[in-house]
Amino acid sequence: MTLPFALNIPYIAVALLILLGLYAVIFKRNLIKIVIGITLIESGVNMFLITLGYRKGSIAPIYTSSPGGIMALPVPQALTLTSIVIGVAVLALMLSLVIHLYRHYNTLDVRKIGGGKE
Amino acid sequence: MNIYEILLTNSPALIVAIPLLGAFLTPLISRINGKLRNLFAISVLGLTGFFIFWLAANIFIGKETFSYVFGGVETSTVIRIIFEVDALSIFMAIIAIILAFVGTVYSWAFMKDNTGLDKYYTLILLMTTGMLGMVLTGDMFNFFVFLEITSISSCALIAFRTNQGFAIDAGFKYIVISAIGALFVLFAIALLYSQYNALNMAVLANAIKYDFVDKIALVLLVGALAMKAGIVPMHMWLPDAYGRAPAPISLILVGVTQASLYGVLRVVFTVYGGISEILKVNAYLSLGTIVVILAIATMLVGVIMALKQFDFKRMIAYAAVAEIGFMILAIGTGLYLVGVGSLGADMAFKGGVFHIINDALDIGLLFLVAGSVYYATKETSLDKMGGLARNMKYTTIFFIIGLLAVAGMPPMNGFASKLIIYESIYQASPLLSIVAILSSIMLLAVFVKVFHSAFLGPAIPKFKNVKEAPKSMLLAMLLIACLIIFFGLFPDFIINNIVEPATNVLTGGVLS
Repeated sequence: MTLPFALNIPYIAVALLILLGLYAVIFKRNLIKIVIGITLIESGVNMFLITLGYRKGSIAPIYTSSPGGIMALPVPQALTLTSIVIGVAVLALMLSLVIHLYRHYNTLDVRKIGGGKE
Repeated sequence: MNIYEILLTNSPALIVAIPLLGAFLTPLISRINGKLRNLFAISVLGLTGFFIFWLAANIFIGKETFSYVFGGVETSTVIRIIFEVDALSIFMAIIAIILAFVGTVYSWAFMKDNTGLDKYYTLILLMTTGMLGMVLTGDMFNFFVFLEITSISSCALIAFRTNQGFAIDAGFKYIVISAIGALFVLFAIALLYSQYNALNMAVLANAIKYDFVDKIALVLLVGALAMKAGIVPMHMWLPDAYGRAPAPISLILVGVTQASLYGVLRVVFTVYGGISEILKVNAYLSLGTIVVILAIATMLVGVIMALKQFDFKRMIAYAAVAEIGFMILAIGTGLYLVGVGSLGADMAFKGGVFHIINDALDIGLLFLVAGSVYYATKETSLDKMGGLARNMKYTTIFFIIGLLAVAGMPPMNGFASKLIIYESIYQASPLLSIVAILSSIMLLAVFVKVFHSAFLGPAIPKFKNVKEAPKSMLLAMLLIACLIIFFGLFPDFIINNIVEPATNVLTGGVLS
């Protein structure tokens, strides 16, 4: 028997991940930590999508040679895959910008970046 | 079925597919010849534009909606993506393609001394693909995907001049804002999916109940998209991004922010357009009031910050913030008027939608003028400019056209839409009209100051040998200037044939 609370654990984890990510983006001064914050938010949202499609005791939605029983909903999983791919592109772009910023300003502190000749 | 009908029924897919394929062919063609690549990019956008105008003619004259199904046509198939093209979608697509086309023509001379141009043109085509996809799609998740494509490519273009630290800084700010905004859009989409097991906008509109979870999703969607549209207090990335990107990119970025604004309209009027009448009145009253307050803040912050800028492009960027304020002021007042049951709502929406295209042209022209001045003098600070009208007479004329249009002076298009906005918001409160007119006057003051300090005054020895901008840049500015004057002289024609069908898409769900 599953307690109702146990079913909610994934959603609590989602909320914690997103809040943690937002905290890092808003309050951290290090560019790398801001990037980490964004990936945390992304993981939270992806986990939310996966959790939505999950039913207790379900199996992976592969039709060929399926042993029978309930299947998890494949649509959120497809959405999550797309979202992960996009996330990788955004992450790569952000990190490459961080590298360039470090080359120009020799620091990763947001307070010291952005000045210079306009 | 003959070839014309086949092309027409497939055109919603072709509009997105042509620039996408063109984007990945560009680096290959770039290996042959630089000029050939520029021609290729322009012709790809031209072909896309041809399909858009063809489809637009059918939609505006035939008054029908085109839909295109990717994947299974049978209703039993669960996973499929539908493009639904109505008058509002194609209206936004026209804006996007005009800006992208003009920006690419302008880039020919403007960017010719830069390296890495194969990537530049690839990214412009990808950005266009993203914008067109955002406005044509009828699927929430697909909207998110195109939103991300647009964000990634426009971020790379903002930070295109990697030898300038501040350009990379602007790019980083932009990608942080975009990534967080897009993730919250995805979160809201997931909430809606968990409620109704659907991603299609039309299906969601039929199913929507407007309960607590739906309200959270609405707040997340409108908040995140408003952040991407640059509405105060979430505008801080916009002056950096607009001001530090190359001028043609600033021009196309105007289209990107407007595509986000389109997202707000789509969510509020289509996805949440299916809720019951009583709930709708409440929802529209509260949403309308909030939007009007944000709009006033956006206009005032925009013009006041523009007044104290010394950097030419940064000043125009703040003016762009103020112009966004005008659009959402009209839309917010329209929502409020629907809420109180007034008939003037239709007029307010019309003014707001008409102002979207006018703002794109006016602010776009000013960015191009600032780009030409930079190209000729290598100067961005207004303090160091002066007497440029002696050497750059065509650019000066285009600047005057842009100045009058942004300030809402009679022969230009800005006057037509702003007059409708003043008139319609007067019905909600005369005070709103006063604030709007005041902002317009302050915009005039901002640009008259620029005109005086950059173009008039004694000749400065340093700029003695300054030459007029090259032909491709003048051609790009001429294209926009002609559209501005045409829209200003025949506003009736534009409103009746293009703006009204687009507005009916919004109000069709509201007033009927």
